[in-house]
Amino acid sequence: MLKWITLAPLVGAAICGLFGKKLGEKLVSLVACGSVAVSTVLAFYVFFAKLLPLPEDQRRLTDPFFTWIRVGNFQADFAYLLDPLSGIYILFVTGVGFLIHVYATGYMHGDPGFYRFFAYLNLFMFMMLTLVLADNLLLLFVGWEGVGLCSYLLIGYYIRKKEAGDAAKKAFITNRIGDFGYMIGVFLIFTTFGTISFVAKGSTAGLLDLAKAHPADTVMTAIALLLFVGATGKSAQIPLYVWLPDAMAGPTPVSALIHAATMVTAGVYLTARCSFIFVKSPTAMFVVALIGALTALFAATIGLAQNDIKKVLAYSTVSQLGYMFLACGVGAFIAGIFHVMTHAFFKALLFLGSGSVIHGMHDEQDIRRMGGLRKYMPITWITMMAGWLAISGFPLLSGFFSKDEILWRAFSTEALPGPWGKVFWGIAALTALMTAVYMTRMMVMTFWGRERFGQGHEAHHGHEAHGDDHGHGRPHESPASMWIPLVVLAVLAVVGGWIGVPAALGGANRFEHFLEPAIAQAPAYGQAGHAEIRVAAPAAEGHGAAAGAVEARTEEHHDTGTEIGLTILSVILGLGGIGLGFMIWNKNPLKPMPKLLENKYYVDEVYNAAIINPIHGTSKWVLWKFVDVLIIDGIVNGLARLMSGVGSGLRLMQTGFARSYAAIILIGAIAVIGYFAFR
Amino acid sequence: MVPIQYYLALSALLFTVGVIGVIIQRNIISLFMCIELMLNAVNLSLITFSRYLGSNTGQLFVFIVMAVAAAEAAVGLAIIITLFRNRETLNVDDADILKL
Repeated sequence: MLKWITLAPLVGAAICGLFGKKLGEKLVSLVACGSVAVSTVLAFYVFFAKLLPLPEDQRRLTDPFFTWIRVGNFQADFAYLLDPLSGIYILFVTGVGFLIHVYATGYMHGDPGFYRFFAYLNLFMFMMLTLVLADNLLLLFVGWEGVGLCSYLLIGYYIRKKEAGDAAKKAFITNRIGDFGYMIGVFLIFTTFGTISFVAKGSTAGLLDLAKAHPADTVMTAIALLLFVGATGKSAQIPLYVWLPDAMAGPTPVSALIHAATMVTAGVYLTARCSFIFVKSPTAMFVVALIGALTALFAATIGLAQNDIKKVLAYSTVSQLGYMFLACGVGAFIAGIFHVMTHAFFKALLFLGSGSVIHGMHDEQDIRRMGGLRKYMPITWITMMAGWLAISGFPLLSGFFSKDEILWRAFSTEALPGPWGKVFWGIAALTALMTAVYMTRMMVMTFWGRERFGQGHEAHHGHEAHGDDHGHGRPHESPASMWIPLVVLAVLAVVGGWIGVPAALGGANRFEHFLEPAIAQAPAYGQAGHAEIRVAAPAAEGHGAAAGAVEARTEEHHDTGTEIGLTILSVILGLGGIGLGFMIWNKNPLKPMPKLLENKYYVDEVYNAAIINPIHGTSKWVLWKFVDVLIIDGIVNGLARLMSGVGSGLRLMQTGFARSYAAIILIGAIAVIGYFAFR
Repeated sequence: MVPIQYYLALSALLFTVGVIGVIIQRNIISLFMCIELMLNAVNLSLITFSRYLGSNTGQLFVFIVMAVAAAEAAVGLAIIITLFRNRETLNVDDADILKL
């Protein structure tokens, strides 16, 4: 059953890729959306009808396909595993993926590479589902690389645009650096535990159980950090985040699906999946939290000053991913996953909305040349408002609950030493404020105020994609195939958080209870060495009072008063950010921003100068001009020259006179006979 | 009875004449005759050893050599005639188109 969830998009990809050119747009749309619809329906069916009825701690479904590699005691199966964690992932991956497929049929309408686009998109769905359903780290890596490949293909989809190709290469190469860490991490896992399967297989125990029983030593720290290197690449964290903003060169549905909702959260998935390893290493947890918090803040500041609507959203994505890692780092993996899900809703919505704006504005992406669009695109405006309010933390919308959860967990964490939890909370709260500000800036500049388009320069046609079927001129609302997914996502962005309402606010937090069996509990700092970390200590009342409060994350330990206080504070921050944004940019939408921010802290330039140029120079002048041309070519050409010299020397013996051969034979015979006669 | 050394010396002398002839002659018919001369020098030494050792094996070899020489003469003369028809020369140095 599970395998059909993944195989349906693969079949779709094969059909679109092989026959798409002949099928035409209608049939390609049907095949592409249909195959994803099949896997969506199956995913929901398996989740609700098969997984949920199981008892809470036995929620594990496996679907072995075939044994892929078996060498010695190394075994990697092509097998799928559905547990609460991957269950949540397949639901929103297929659901959001389906909506984006539908949207893309409208957005890509008339593009000459229509079928190619959908073949890639379907292939991406297959790879992403393989990633989250994989039952071992190697198959996960297949999906991991597969989504990377699809990301590469789709970023560089506009093959005639140089910056698209460059961005694709940048994404691919940056991810390679992360993958290196991932691979070393997996090797280390295999040598340490002797298996790479998450769950028990035959007589060998599963990785998750082995990790649980393993002492907290340096190896665990090394494994966790190496896996995290992989996660920083895929999930665009400092220092490897640079590819994600550039990846916006791809078509907007791709940005929504791959670079906001699904693929970039693969790093968070990996961290949560290997949470049993991460919680063993306070160092690794601290690094994860630190990187997450810094990325969140750093990207948010850049987001404040970007003028490309998709770039704003891209930096916002990087920043929100930082939030997710911060959650993982403070031991609140579930809060991280919760944010992954709500983020998938509202960020996909925002990206699709921006795509709708770009589409309606005839491929204009610069928000300085927009303004007043709410008159022309009411549906896009209203739906994007939902996403905007959700990401800004407007009360009772999805982003509010997930972000608030992360803030509270960071504040109250015991997995980090000393006051670090509070420090990270401070950073995250500041980021929340800035998130509200820059999102408001983007919305105000796009939808409110004076109309700044159509003055002087016509909206130019950057992509050859959107042909002649819509003329230049006034912005227009997008077709139904585009706004219906927007509406659905807007509803999800509003209500998506309600499954995880924390107890302090009167909810039951079903989300957390559902995920708990699949996720490790982070022990209090200094307690990581305990082999059995689930020793419940219900007696330890009072937040952080007892050292034995290893179960600090369960509801009854919440200092409800503080939590509600912090919630109110984050509401104030969110609303204040929105208000601030309105105050500043409604009056003066073109207010210049600091050059440092607008130029993204010159990080790309620094990377160019510090890493890329030296490598390029070394490759060119040492490896190519010296090693390759002088040494390797020298050896090869020298050998050839030697052979031809020897040959032309020996050639002189071949006179062509039969008599001289006879004379040589005679001399040889005399020599041989002489040798035997006189020796 | 003539000592064996005499026969062998004659045989060696004939063979040497043949070899030198092959090396220095340019006329293809002379070359051919020199080759025959070498074959017969070998035949002579085979007969000599046959008599000396009281075995008939050497004489059998001689018959084989003579048969081969006859066949070779037929083929060789045919080649010479063809060469002459094509080139109007008997000088081997003129038949060198296979040379580089």
